[in-house]
Amino acid sequence: MGIQNLLWQVAKKSFTGSIIGLTISDRCCSVVPVRGDSMSPTFNPQKNSYLDDYVLVDKFCLKDYKFARGDVVVFGSPTHYRDRYIKRIVGMPGEWISSSRDVIRVPEGHCWVEGDNKTSSLDSRTFGPIPLGLIQGRVTRVVWPPQRLGKIS
Amino acid sequence: MASPSSFWSKAFRDAIKSGVFIAKIYCFLHVTTNHLGFMAYAYGPSMTPTLHSSGNVLLAEQITKRSQKPSRGDIVVIRSPENPNKTPIKRVIGIEGDRISFVIDPRKNDQSETIVVPKGHVFVQGDYMHNSRDSRNFGPIPYGLIQGRVLWRVWPFQDFGPLEPTLT
Repeated sequence: MGIQNLLWQVAKKSFTGSIIGLTISDRCCSVVPVRGDSMSPTFNPQKNSYLDDYVLVDKFCLKDYKFARGDVVVFGSPTHYRDRYIKRIVGMPGEWISSSRDVIRVPEGHCWVEGDNKTSSLDSRTFGPIPLGLIQGRVTRVVWPPQRLGKIS
Repeated sequence: MASPSSFWSKAFRDAIKSGVFIAKIYCFLHVTTNHLGFMAYAYGPSMTPTLHSSGNVLLAEQITKRSQKPSRGDIVVIRSPENPNKTPIKRVIGIEGDRISFVIDPRKNDQSETIVVPKGHVFVQGDYMHNSRDSRNFGPIPYGLIQGRVLWRVWPFQDFGPLEPTLT
């Protein structure tokens, strides 16, 4: 009887805790690992997955989708909807971007994203401008490893 | 009688308890409306006759979008690729790989265009093609912009019932 009651209490508490945690992760901020070197040297300056950076993703910006050129954002891939990429916004709606062949105007409601490491980055130069609605958060600081702790430029 | 300081400390503890309770309710509502299902008030002419242009209250679910891709005929709530703060409601006409032929502007002429829907995208269109901004204007949209699938109409009550996922 005591064990059943204890288990029930633990179940209730963990259910409530997970609901609160999910809300905080959706509304406030979450921590995500950075994989790959497309944002070198801003993230993952060494190619060793044991030293991958973990970054803090701010979710308050999703209230009005207000972003600026230079923001590093997490967004859902336009081609593989389960994947998420981290890249930097280099073009806001209405701006002109010179890609390899021609000059492109970023349409309303979209943005042009590129990785800081242009040689090894799958970004808007491949899949075009992405709708702002795909953005899931803005990266504000690195939280791990401790020697790289701090705000990002 | 209870001393004033213990009254205030009890009041403080009660306030904290109510605050925690309200926070839990808020979190529960957030998780439900963002991960399970939500109600949407839909108005406008682009989905007549399926939806009334004067207003409907619809029930949309977000559970199936995690496990399966949208199918042709579904009515979906999307985040507009032209303005991320707007969430129009349209019907899925084509999924990735489909070849869609459509008339660009039925009010002007009969000129038509044919496109192939790219991978990871859907072609959405309003049921009332003469007054609808949809994929004929802004192109196919990625799956990630789909917020939920509309299942049921709650209001007006004389039209309470499921919304068929078939093309009109």
